[in-house]
Order: sequence, then structure tokens, then C-alpha cells
Amino acid sequence: MAEYSAFSLLKNALAGNKDWKPAWRKPDPKASYDVIVIGGGGHGLSTAYYLAKEHGITNVAVLEKGWLGSGNVGRNTTAVRSNYLLPQNTRFYEHSMKLWENLSHDLNYNVMFSQRGCLNLAHTPAQLDDYARRGNAMRHLGVDAKLMNVDQIKRLVPALDVSASARFPVLGGLMQPRAGTARHDAVAWGYARGADRRGVDIIENCEVTGFLRDGGRITGVSTTRGEIRAKKVALAVAGSTGHVMQLAGISHMPIESHVLQAFVSESLKPVIDTVLTFGMGHFYISQSDKGGLVYGGDLDGYNSYAQRGSLPIVDEVMSEMLALFPGLARVRMLRSWGGLCDMTMDGSPIITTGPLPGMYLNCGWCYGGFKATPASGWCFAYNIAKDEPHEFNAPFTLDRFYRGLIIDDKGQGANPRLH
Amino acid sequence: MLITCPYCGPRDVIEFTYQGDGNRERPQPASQDLDAWNAYVYDRLNPAGDHNEIWQHSGGCRAHLRVVRNTITHEILSTAFARGGHKAEGRS
Amino acid sequence: MSPRRTETGGRIDRLRTIRFTFDGAPYTGHIGDTLASALLANGVTLFGRSFKYHRPRGLLSAGVEEPNALVTVLSGEVREPNIPATMVEIYDGLVAVSQNRNPSLAWDIGAVNQLGGKILSAGFYYKTFMGPVFGPLKGTRFWMFCEHFIRRAAGLGKAGTAPDPARYERMNAFCDVLVVGSGPAGLMAAKAAADQGARVILAELEAHFGGSANWSGETIDGMLAADWAQRTVGQLEGNDNVRLLPRTTVWGYYDGNTLAALERVTDHKEVAAKGEPRQRYWAIRAGTVVLATGSFERPLVFPGNDRPGVMLAHAAERYAVEYGVLPGQRIALFTNNDSAYRSAVALKKAGAAVVAIIDVRGDVSTEMRRLASEAEAELLAGHAVVATEGGKALTGLKIQRFDAMSGALSGDERSIHADSLLMSGGWSPTIHLASQAGAKAEWDPARQAFLPPTPTQRWIGAGAFTGSFSTAEAIAEGRAAGLQAAGGAASSAPVPVVEAAPGDPDPAPVFEIKAKGKSFVDFQHDVTADDVRLAHREGFVSVEHLKRYTTLGMATDQGKNSNVPGLAIMAEALGKPIPEVGTTRFRPPYTAVSIGSLAAERFGDLKPERLTPMHDWHIANGARMYSAGLWYRPMIYGLPGETVEQAYVREARATRGSAGIVDVSTLGKIAVQGPDAAEFLDRVYTNTFSTLAVGKARYGLMLREDGLAFDDGTTWRLGEQEFLMTTTTANAGKVMQHLEYFLDVIWPELRVTVTSVTDEWAGAAIGGPNARAILASCVTGTAVDNATLPFMGIAHGQIAGVPVMICRLSFSGEMAFEVYSGAGYGTRVWEALIEAGKPFGLVTYGLEALGTMRIEKGHVTGAEIDGRTTARDLHLDWMLSKKKPFIGSAMMDREGLIAPDRLELVGLIALDNRPLSGGGHIVEQLDEANPHHSLGHITACCYSPALGKYIALALVKGGKARHGTRAFVSDPLRNRFGPIEIVSNHFYDPDGSRMHG
Repeated sequence: MAEYSAFSLLKNALAGNKDWKPAWRKPDPKASYDVIVIGGGGHGLSTAYYLAKEHGITNVAVLEKGWLGSGNVGRNTTAVRSNYLLPQNTRFYEHSMKLWENLSHDLNYNVMFSQRGCLNLAHTPAQLDDYARRGNAMRHLGVDAKLMNVDQIKRLVPALDVSASARFPVLGGLMQPRAGTARHDAVAWGYARGADRRGVDIIENCEVTGFLRDGGRITGVSTTRGEIRAKKVALAVAGSTGHVMQLAGISHMPIESHVLQAFVSESLKPVIDTVLTFGMGHFYISQSDKGGLVYGGDLDGYNSYAQRGSLPIVDEVMSEMLALFPGLARVRMLRSWGGLCDMTMDGSPIITTGPLPGMYLNCGWCYGGFKATPASGWCFAYNIAKDEPHEFNAPFTLDRFYRGLIIDDKGQGANPRLH
Repeated sequence: MLITCPYCGPRDVIEFTYQGDGNRERPQPASQDLDAWNAYVYDRLNPAGDHNEIWQHSGGCRAHLRVVRNTITHEILSTAFARGGHKAEGRS
Repeated sequence: MSPRRTETGGRIDRLRTIRFTFDGAPYTGHIGDTLASALLANGVTLFGRSFKYHRPRGLLSAGVEEPNALVTVLSGEVREPNIPATMVEIYDGLVAVSQNRNPSLAWDIGAVNQLGGKILSAGFYYKTFMGPVFGPLKGTRFWMFCEHFIRRAAGLGKAGTAPDPARYERMNAFCDVLVVGSGPAGLMAAKAAADQGARVILAELEAHFGGSANWSGETIDGMLAADWAQRTVGQLEGNDNVRLLPRTTVWGYYDGNTLAALERVTDHKEVAAKGEPRQRYWAIRAGTVVLATGSFERPLVFPGNDRPGVMLAHAAERYAVEYGVLPGQRIALFTNNDSAYRSAVALKKAGAAVVAIIDVRGDVSTEMRRLASEAEAELLAGHAVVATEGGKALTGLKIQRFDAMSGALSGDERSIHADSLLMSGGWSPTIHLASQAGAKAEWDPARQAFLPPTPTQRWIGAGAFTGSFSTAEAIAEGRAAGLQAAGGAASSAPVPVVEAAPGDPDPAPVFEIKAKGKSFVDFQHDVTADDVRLAHREGFVSVEHLKRYTTLGMATDQGKNSNVPGLAIMAEALGKPIPEVGTTRFRPPYTAVSIGSLAAERFGDLKPERLTPMHDWHIANGARMYSAGLWYRPMIYGLPGETVEQAYVREARATRGSAGIVDVSTLGKIAVQGPDAAEFLDRVYTNTFSTLAVGKARYGLMLREDGLAFDDGTTWRLGEQEFLMTTTTANAGKVMQHLEYFLDVIWPELRVTVTSVTDEWAGAAIGGPNARAILASCVTGTAVDNATLPFMGIAHGQIAGVPVMICRLSFSGEMAFEVYSGAGYGTRVWEALIEAGKPFGLVTYGLEALGTMRIEKGHVTGAEIDGRTTARDLHLDWMLSKKKPFIGSAMMDREGLIAPDRLELVGLIALDNRPLSGGGHIVEQLDEANPHHSLGHITACCYSPALGKYIALALVKGGKARHGTRAFVSDPLRNRFGPIEIVSNHFYDPDGSRMHG
């Protein structure tokens, strides 16, 4: 398949754009593969891509029940950052950040990763100390971070209310300059095209309905498009993890599926040129290249598969937005959606071998899944190919809860809705 | 979403706090069965469909309720006090 | 009279002139005009510029679906961008400006993008801008360089930065029947339900009730439909059980039949009446909803269909009939269905020349032929428009023979001179709310439209919403829906009689005319039919991929105009029927909603403020306040010229030297009462409370179920069955919920009640060598000597005649007492203590001095109990009872929680005698350029007046084993590096002799 470039654009334009080929093939499933990846979202597609690219494993199928990227990679607030407190998380997300920084080249697909920074606002001296702790933790792992004072923040985001009379005055903030945003759909498409170009079969409209077993071992899947066998079966189904694990006979997991709402305003000329978070609530915002303000808040707070939110969160998010930007009261919210989050008991993900023989599990992304996409696939591919974890995903086991090796960035304990 | 509290009647979801999977059984306090404790603290039934869960009417009478709710449609099938006793049928 | 205004007709008031400006130019209009109708009447054809190519655009519609004519409404410094001109009611002094153009609407430099033409096809962004692999622009730099310019070119209107002075209001409403839409179906439904006695709310998004009755020209019950609507509204107005909400858009259908609506209360007024909010946000909980939301007319896709002057047929009819404005003098219509013929007749009646009706269908019914001749229009059946002409206004069009079955064009092109081209591509029911409420829409091949799904919540559809496009059907369905919603029996009374032009509701399945030139599907986002086909060619064939790849339907009209034509073109490319391409699920909001309205009363008032009973006293006495969660607490009581450090050092030193007093009212306080209260506390705390004597207090530690530390505080035994538990300020709510959960869910057999009494008690802690003497001088009714009030003892007495409860306990490490009184008397007791302390030099101290003294003592707070630490990490393992199980006891010894490399609490002393900062890290080897290998971090720090040193508490790997060793603080964020000594966290008076006295 042809490389994408300014030249190919020009050449095709002259030919009336009639010669473009599909970004990925639409093959029928084969009878068997070396690896089946269940889930054609960002993580499943990146796993297939890195299996092929890094490990030469190309006899791979990605099975997607609907359309590619229909999960969280298709609906998220696009922030990419590695500003975590705990070293296990920081190392993993920083690896992701490094992959992001070269991703468009790597995929020959412009994922529009824009390093416009991510600023966490602090509103009390104690919070500023907390952010300093986190920023210093990042710096001691080689990750960029700096504190900003109110004047610097005002210059960066002139629309922000930094007055001392605000209910929660801004005292400063923690900035990760290399953080930013990316075009979320492009990430799915770029990985799909990249995997396809290396021989991976991407099979849409193919829902897994059960697992094939040989004794205790998983040997394949039954699907709406027939039985497919594989030496290794890898799950990357995010919000559907509970459901798919039940098909494998595992009814309980350290996971709850929750709804997270997000919002987009009508398109505006540039007004916010970074990713910004509010410290006295749960609110984050950035502006897309098209001009829409992209923002969200807290989980609705109860188990749900409905992809439908409730009004109290809508009201809360908008109130917090105006506490920061009182000039945006007449801007209008244009779209909203509810995404499914597979919330774990410590707020950190799971990338591991097992829990059944022949199975590999990637889940528990809470609401951090989008930025993890490259590293998640990279580590999962490593784990699948070598049957052992890479040091970056070694802490993210399923048994860490039982063993007390929890990775609780927010310190909230086994209460998924609070992570 | 409206939840019918047996004391207070139908109330908006904003008055309630979710307390999770209501199927979990806490081991006896003196139990040393670590697997049972781990399962209780960390493992959840997470069904797509009817789910037995605990909610607290934190913005009202503060009672904990056992609620059967569909996680796909958000329909409330029944509510009752978690400590037993009165049960309210609520469809909303 | 302006050039396009008719002499008569419409509901505008020609006697009342309104003055407004658009792009700085003055215009006039009349009461009843929208900005769109008024500008159209003034001969304006150019209203906006498209998003990508900056093509000139005119009005497409007359309503909420308008994609082109977006304006910014200015009110002083406050800007309201992206408002469809069709939805702005004009008032004197209205200032509106166009958007997305530079320097002006007529001459827009952005139009250069049109030269990019085929290079800027759908998805072109993804294929380029990746930049070089090496060199200074590698990585993301080249893209970010390009993005800088792309972002400035993109975007529609400009948001303001001046705070909006307007007030927004939220209203909760309850009703039996909510009727959405006030066309004939909605009016009938509201009337029928109201007549049954039901509580009815009728919401209409436009300014006037009546919907299509306002412009259809039909007759209902022998009167003009618009008059019938007026009469019906009049009947509803008189009913106490009916609430009429004009200018109210129901935009969200949420769970439990909760609907969200936005009422534009004063947007149409020059001056709001006293007390009126700008907008009102309604949360409506409805027994049953009647969805009578009507339908949208669809554009046709053909070359040049975006030229200013090309408009939807019914929109032109509305401008003519409702506003007395003709969209042109020479009008042509282009249609695939019968409804445009009625439009032609209406425009003819209003005074326009209808030059041609171009119908894609070869076979046009006799009734339609009769209507065409009534409009005196040439009927060109079996023809299609293949091009339009003109610049910023239409001058003509070209047509060709067309075969509706094959889509083939044939024969010679013929030119038609016209200044207005009206199109009708059939109608799509407005099913958004039903889709939001749950199920999937179904494609109806006859109507060529998605019809509403089977209800999953309690709603009933009526009228065009259900695909019943005739008024007679709408009226019958509306009445049936209203009766059913109100629980009434079907009525046998005659329904109002409708006289209407005939018409087949089913259009020809023609969506696009394939001819040379740009044919627009999504007007605002400049998505063409070729873009849709390109998406198909590249495999973006599912409806969601189509949307995302081309941005079709992502504009501010949310696909109301483009959704079905786009799907139809994709379906054709795929060779599949439309429903197999799928439809997207509609989500809230139905139309864009102001963020101010959603914040409502919380705009400018985000969270409540919690103030202690002594708050005013603190302010009056010079306290600088500190925000802690929702609370405000004194930070220091600074003297003139003092720095924060000087102030807290003075306060702490004075306290340790004589006495100090601090407001501790914010501590969480929970009354734990009942026969099993002691047993309950034994289970909740890691240590034992059942052995505590009445009249004594004990320090307690709680763990979470997972074995990590949760909260600490003292609990006082006030009686055999009565305890007063105190918690940290931050965790008061969480602890309360924790206790309630266990009592309600886990141990319902325990006879215990818990009650939050945080706000019932005012608390003052008075400490220092003279604290007892001060108390002795003002407390009556009890002695305060060591025998009566030993360490952790409780006594009851009075201060200034107010009953108080005194407990001798210490957080500062001094001999100290907490004095609790009823909250209402807090200031009185506080002032009495201050007065009694004067001879002793009693100082008031704030959080900084409180923190300083607790750091000196090595006590932990939320900075150390941060949800990740265990009792052992904090050297509180002495509190873990081995005699009884407690919450967390089974889980606290798991391998990860007893690992040797965990962070443990230590003390630090800065060896360079410079201040430390919270959040600084600790390292063994200092490397300022590349800091690495953090051992832990500082949780709290201060200058210690007792030690004369800068000290800190920290959580450090190795903990106790490092006591007496040296390390470094490494704080690259604040550029603070330097040597420290690691010591015990108990800096000061480690054996507690001072507080034990």
C-alpha cells in the first residue's frame, strides 16, 4: 500500500482522488492464527501492530464486534500525559509518551499529536505541595514537569479566572510541557492500517460468543463469523471485560464498568491552548484543532453499560467549567456522550498473562486508556510474544490486589468510582 | 434516574451514593481465610443486566438500600432497606 | 418598505420598526422578525462563510437546523457566538456580527482554501504534515508548526473572556404529561391531556406556538390553521393545570423520564424585566412524554447546492407566510416529492414569480400538476438541477433530463434565470429525543426516512414525528396520544376537520444528482458527495467511520440536514440498502445548550462555604484565612509587617512559652450511641474502646477494609452507651459514611446509632504551660486540676455561663485542653477564654502554628495518612490490637503491605539551615542536572522554634533504619537541593512529659 505524503496527496488529487485504496483490508477470518486479539479498539489494534512490528508475529487476527475504534478510542477527551505520582505508572506512561512522540512517523499516519502541555491547577498550599511531590517524582524518573505561578498561568490561558476573589483561587499549577492531545480516531485508523500493512487480519463485525478449550487451555474463540483457533488468545476489550470474561467462565473480576461523560462545545476560535485540569473538583478541558472545547468531569458513579450519562454530572461539569472560565457562559455545549470505563480497584491497569492458560489479559484502563494506547499495545505484544511481562507492565498483574501490591495513585482504596 | 427510597419515596439519583456490588459477602470478622477476604474486598460481579447493588440515600434519610437495577437500561426493578424489612417496588 | 418585504401577510407588526446592526451596518426590521427574516427582507443574501473552504453562504433554513447563517450576538463585552440567525428574534439595539471571515464577510481571505480543492479532500490531514524523520522538525514539531496556523484558520465564532453578567436559573418541574412541540399534533395532545385534568407542560422551541399550522395555509375546523392554533393556545392558557413554555427547547431525554429543557427567557428582549433570568434550565420529570417534534425537510445534493439563494422549500414558505419576506423575485423549485408544490403555491400567493418546478420524478400526479399550474410555474418533470450560477447571490441554474430510476442525466443543459432556488429532498422525522431515550431508529423505505423506535421509556409519538406527515393524521394522533398519556379513554368525539392540499408523503428515493462540480452534503463542514465516496473508497464505510473521517454531521447543526443524504450516498456506493449502513445514535443535546444555563445558580457560586462559629471573630482579629476543602480556617493572625513564617513562629513560641488557643471546630464529630456502641468501636478502631472508662478519651486509629490507614482521632466516652468520636477535618464525611455502611449493611444486629454533630459543637483547643491556669480562672462548675482532669480526662462545667465539655488532650505536645460548647455559644466561650488568657499572654494561633507544633511532635495528619500508607509505615503499629479482629485486620499483613522497601515516616533536619518545601524528594546521591533514585518525599515542613531549625516529616524508604544518616533534599521543581539528616519523627519532647504535666 502506498505511503501517505504531501506528494501522494497531490498525485491523487490530480487523478480526482479515484485511486486511493482502503486504509485496511476487509478479510474473512482464517481457520486459525498464531494470535487472536479480541477487541478492535486502540489497545487491540496497537497490540497487533507491535506484535507484527516488534516481534515479527504477523499471523494475527483482530476481532471487532462492531466497527473499528468504536470503544473508548472513538470517544475520549484525547489528553496524552505521563504526569503520574507513583513510579510504576509514571514509567509506563512515559514509555507511552515516547512512542507518541514518534507515532505519526512510525505509522505513516498523522495522529496529530500536539504537545501543548497539561496544566493541573492548584488552589490551596497543600495542593501545591501535593503537585510538587508529583512533579518531583516525575523529574526523578526523567519526566518533564515544572511548577507555574499565577502570572505564568494567566499568560498561558488568558481566559482563565485567576482572581483572588474566586471561590477557589488559583495559586499555581503543575505543568507537563510534553503532554498534549491527539486526534483520537486517527490513532485507531493509523494502527489498523499499520497492522494491516504488516499482514494482520482485521475482522470487523465479528463478535466473540464463546471460548474454545482443550481441557483447561483456551485454544480459540467461537464468533458470529464462525470458530477461529489460535495458539494464543489476547483480550483487549476494555469496558466489556466483565462480559467477555464471563464467556470464559470467570464471573468475578477486580473491575467495575462505569460511565464517564464527556462534552464538546461548538467550534470556537482558539481560546485554550493547553490541557487544563481543575484542582477543587473533577474537570478537565482542552480545545481541538477544529475549535471545539473538549471537556469532562467525574464518573457518573455507578455500574453501567448504557453509554448514557445522567444530568447531575452534566450540571457539575458545567459549573466547574464556569468557575474557571466565567467568560464562556454563553458558549454552547454541542455534543455529549457516555463512555464505558473499566475501573479497577486501585485505578491502575492490568496487562498480564492469564488468568487461564492460553489467555492474555489487557484491561482496567479506568479513564486513562487513550494515552496508554501505544505503550499498552507495545507491552501487551511483548508479553504475548515472550510469555513474560516487560518491566514496564510487570507491576500491572491481576494478583497484585491479593498480594497487596496495589498501585493506588489517588489513594482511594478498593472503591472504583473514586479512582 | 429515580430511586424509590422506602422512607422518602422516589428521589433523584443526585441524592444517592453508590456503594457497589451487593452480592459480596464479608467473612466473619475473625476469619483468617485470606482468599475470602480478598474476594470480598476486590472482586466484583459486574453484570450487563440486572444487578443487585447497595446505594445510600446520603442526601436524604441516609439509609442504605439494596437496589436491583438494570445496568443496560438503568431501570430500577426494586429497592429495599439493606438492613432488611420494608421493601418498595419502584419502576422508573 | 424593504425590497423583499411583501405588502401584507405574516405575523410581523409592520407599524413597529426595530433598529439593529449586522457587521456594523444599520438595518431595520419589525416586531416578530428573526434576524434572518429581517436581513432577508433587506436584500441580504450573504450570511456566513463555511468552515473549511470559506465559501459564501446564505440562509438554508428558517429554523433551528440552520448550518450556514451563524452569527455572534454582542452585548457589550460579552459575546455569544455561533447562534443561527434564524433563531435570533430582533430587538432594538441588537448587535450581531458574522463569523469565520477575514477581513469581511464579502471579502474573506480564507476563501483561498477553495484553491486547494481536491488536495483538501476528506481525511487529507491524516496523510500529511508528518514532517521529516530527522532534523529540527522531527517528532511532533512539524505538525505543531502547521497546526498553529490550522487552528487559527479553524473555529467559527470567537468566545468572549469578559465574565457574563447574566443570571441563569434552574427549575425542577413535575407533570403528568410533557408535550414536546406545539404543531397541530402537540396542541391536540396538550388539549386532550389537559381536558382530562392532567398536569401538562407544553414546550415549543420557537417563539410562537403552532408549528406548521403557522405557515401551512391549511384550514382546521373552518378557520385558517394559524388561527386555530392561536385559539387552541388560548384555551390552554386558561387552564391551571397547563404550563406553556415558548422558546423552550427540550434537549435531553434522560433516565427515569427526566427531560432537560432550555427556556430562552429574555434573549429576545432589549431589557429584561426585574428578576428575570437570561435563560432558565428546566429539569422536567414527566409521567408520560408526548413527542410531537415534527420533521425536517432535507436538502438535495447537486452541484452548486450551497450557493447563497438556494434554500429549503418550506423555509421559503415560512419566510413568505410568517414574516412577509420573499426569498427572491424569480423562484425555481427543485424537488423529489409533493410537499414543494404547496410551497410553490404559497410563494405565488405571497407575490413571487415561480418560474419552474423541477421534479426528479417523471411521473407527477394530476393533483401536483394542478398545483403547479395554480402557481403558474412551468413543471419540468423528470428533470434535475445540475448547476447553479452566481457569486454571492444566485443568478440562475442549469437543468437536464433526469431518470429517477437510474440516476442518469441526458439531453442538453437548459438554463433558467432565477434568484432563488428552493429544494426539497423529502422529510426526516425529528426522532432525536426518542433515540436519546433508548432504542434504535428503523428505516422506512416508503417514507425514505428513519422512523422512531419502539419506546423504551414512557413516551408516545404523534404527527410528523411518527412519519404521519399530513395535518389530519397529526391531529388524530395528537389527540390519541394526549388521551393515552393522561390515562383517558379513547374519545369518540369528532376530530377537527382539516382542509389541506393533497400530497403523497413518500418521496422518490433520489438524494443526489451526480454531475460535475462540488455537491455539498454537510454545508457547514464542506463535506461533498465526493468526500463520502472517497471515504467509501478508503474503507471508512460504517456510518460512524463516515462521520469521523469526513466530519459529516459533526457541525453545529449536528447532521440535521446532512445525515440521511450522506447515508444514502454511502449506501449507494456500497450497493447496500440504507439501513445496512446504519444510523448514528442521537445523544443529548438536541440543539446546542449554553453552558451558563447548565451551571444555573452555581455560575459564580460553585460550592458552599463552611465557616466555623468563630469565623467573624477571626476576621475581625486579623486572621489570614486558609481554604481547606469547603472550610475556611485561620492560617495566621499576623501582626503588621510580619511574614507568614514570622507569624507562625511567634504564635508557636508563645504557645510553648505560655499558652495559645486555636479554633478546632472543623474537626469531624460523630455521636456514637447505643447498647453496642463500645463493641462497635472495638470493631471500627484498631485499638480497644470497650475498656475505656466513662469520662475518659482515647486516641484511635481506623483502617480501611484493605488494611491501609484510614483516619485517626480521639473518641470520648461520655456515658456507658455514649461516645463522641472526632475525625480529621478532611475525612469527616467519609468516616461517617464508613460507619453507617457497617451498621446498615454488615452488622445490622448492632444496636448503635451514629449522628454527625460536627456543626453542633464549637471547639477551641487551648494549650501551653499556662493553659490550665487560664481555664481555672474562667471555668465554673468543675475543677480542672490533675485529679479532676487528668490526661485524657473529661469534665463538664461552664464558661461565661455556657455549659462546656472539656477534654484534656494534646495535639501540640503541650498541656492542652479541648473545650467544646454548643455552636451558637462558640464565640462567647472563645471570647471568655481570650479574656481569661490576657494576664497570661495567651495568643491565638492558626493552622501554620498548629502544623508546626504537630510536626515538632511527629503527629500524623492527612499528608501522611494519604490512602497509601499502613499503620506500620507511620509507626502506629502499637495501636494494632492483637486481641480482637477489627476492620482491616485480616488484610493488613499482605506481602505488599509489609514489604521492606515501603515508605516510612521519618523526621528530617535541614543541615544547611534553609527552608524545606512540602513535596521535595529525598535522595542519597545529589544530581541536580538529572535527579534520580528518589527515596521518598517531604509531607510537611516548617521552621521549628523549639529546635531552632528547619525540619520536616517525610515518608522515606528504609525509614527507621536511616535514623541518624545523611541524605539530600532534591526538589528540582523549586531548585532546592541540600543536605539533610534523617531522624525520628518525634523531634520534641519525645517522652511526652510536657503534656502529661
